Amino acid sequence: MQALQTNALTLSYGDRNIIENLDMVVPAGKITVFIGSNGCGKSTLLRSLARLLKPKTGAVLLDGQAISKWPTKEVAKRMAILPQSPIAPEGLTVLQLVKQGRYPYQNWLQQWSEEDEKMVMGALASTRLTELADRPVDSLSGGQRQRAWIAMTLAQGTNTILLDEPTTYLDMTHQIEILDLLFELNEQEGRTIVMVLHDLNLACRYAHHIVAVHDQGIYAQGKPEEIITEDLVRTVFQMDCQITTDPLFGTPMCIPFGKGRKVVGMKKQMVSV
Amino acid sequence: MKTYFSLRHRRFPVSLHIHKRTLWVTLLLALATLVVAIISTGMGEMNISPIEVVKVLLGIGGEQETLIVQEFRLPRIVVGILVGAALAVAGSILQGLVRNPLAAPDILGITGGASVTAVAFLLFFETLSIKWLPGASFIGATLIALLLYALAWKKGVTPLRLVMIGVGLKIVTSAAVTLLITFSPFLLQNRAILWLTGSIYGVSWDDVTMISPWIVILLILSVIMTGRVNVQQLGSEIATSVGNTVNRDNFLLLLMCTALTGTAVAVGGEISFVALLAPHISKQLVGPSFGSVLSVSIFVGALIILLADLVARVAFAPLDIPVGVFTSAIGAPFFIYLLYKKRNQ
Repeated sequence: MQALQTNALTLSYGDRNIIENLDMVVPAGKITVFIGSNGCGKSTLLRSLARLLKPKTGAVLLDGQAISKWPTKEVAKRMAILPQSPIAPEGLTVLQLVKQGRYPYQNWLQQWSEEDEKMVMGALASTRLTELADRPVDSLSGGQRQRAWIAMTLAQGTNTILLDEPTTYLDMTHQIEILDLLFELNEQEGRTIVMVLHDLNLACRYAHHIVAVHDQGIYAQGKPEEIITEDLVRTVFQMDCQITTDPLFGTPMCIPFGKGRKVVGMKKQMVSV
Repeated sequence: MKTYFSLRHRRFPVSLHIHKRTLWVTLLLALATLVVAIISTGMGEMNISPIEVVKVLLGIGGEQETLIVQEFRLPRIVVGILVGAALAVAGSILQGLVRNPLAAPDILGITGGASVTAVAFLLFFETLSIKWLPGASFIGATLIALLLYALAWKKGVTPLRLVMIGVGLKIVTSAAVTLLITFSPFLLQNRAILWLTGSIYGVSWDDVTMISPWIVILLILSVIMTGRVNVQQLGSEIATSVGNTVNRDNFLLLLMCTALTGTAVAVGGEISFVALLAPHISKQLVGPSFGSVLSVSIFVGALIILLADLVARVAFAPLDIPVGVFTSAIGAPFFIYLLYKKRNQ
């Protein structure tokens, strides 16, 4: 059985349907990336998988049972979501933030068990934040801050982690740093990672499974090298491009057409529209 | 990580993670509260030395001193501590809940709502026992809080809209109070006006017994709810992700805030800005983790009221100025400063 799937899922804002009658399965133990143009509903879909948005009809199933039937703390022990650019209260330290990931395991008498301590220290170590544990989150750089939030979801000890555009507002170095971290978590601990990414090339590089969201449903899904084509990009992003192969990773690479400076001596057919 | 130490029971699932700084700041403030309370008890028309006050408290004081301390001075001090703690905790909860440093029950009209029903209670239910007054002001505070949420709600509540609507509601409630007073008998008018400025003048042990059970229960509840406020401070999405029942807890916490406000208003009237100031000072001292803010703000709130009331009582003797005048004098400029600091956000 697959851990996370949808059953005839329809999502809407008011009267407008964003996703209609969708059946999909999130492959367990893999990195899945949702791609699509702005406003296509990929974030909405991700949020509904994490029960942040109630479906209009249909259901999200976790381990075969509708997510709305689960006690919310039980869901929280199996799945964590990191929304887009969350904000920590001014002055909250990294340790105090990461601790909050232990919420589903705690009550007002049991506030800091040995297991809590082990998980929090482990989360700090794998995000390389142990040295910064007592620093306020708002004093950190963008990349460190995002790592702190990811550490919080790690402390939650879930098999599945959902992330809504975890690399937004980060420079290239930190984008790679965050994605490498998530890749390692999948590789070494077999965690299921589901995320929304804007950068198609990075999506192709890190995802085992790509889901192209378009027109209230899924246009295509599968291995990036099997589904990412010029036709797909044209339909999903309304953009012409050339798909080549990444010289380092062998994954598909999208070069958008459009205007731009041309270096003298460039072969003509490579930049023609 | 040296900032914390942990306590664990070997057999029972009981464990604590204690922020060292919070612990000693709380202990220091508790001590300061005690010292100020003793000194303040001794000061007044007839000065009594702190040592004599302690003697009275231990039951070995002189007859005249015992009378003055126990009957006239002490109820006021105890009420001051209780009201200050209640307002501070109400403000701390509200600020965590709406994630807005400008939020405070008096600024958002919640205190005003409590005043309306409290004055109405004094007017129309004169025959009922005064011990129901906290209940009446709790109802008013809750109604205004619900109205505030309903009006500010538009796919969630943004801090700015909440403050704007809250300020509007505050004006409506003070108009309603003025209206009620205008139509009330002369005897009640004086009492109501004095009460509204925020005064703990002339309180008795009856007032202490009226509010202390409420406040003790609500403080214990606040301690139990600490973890929930902490995750709510991270936003409703994170709170949901870690398994918090956001809407239900939000509502429960709001009720606790209105209950604390209502209780404080029932005895102290509209003592402004304590609920805004105390959480801010506490966060400066120990950071925004709710467990820390809670334990520190109790004493910060108590100290603000004790000191303001001491000045109000002693500096202009024989006049007894309402304590609310002093808290406003410090609080209002601070509120403007906060608005100024947040103007670009």
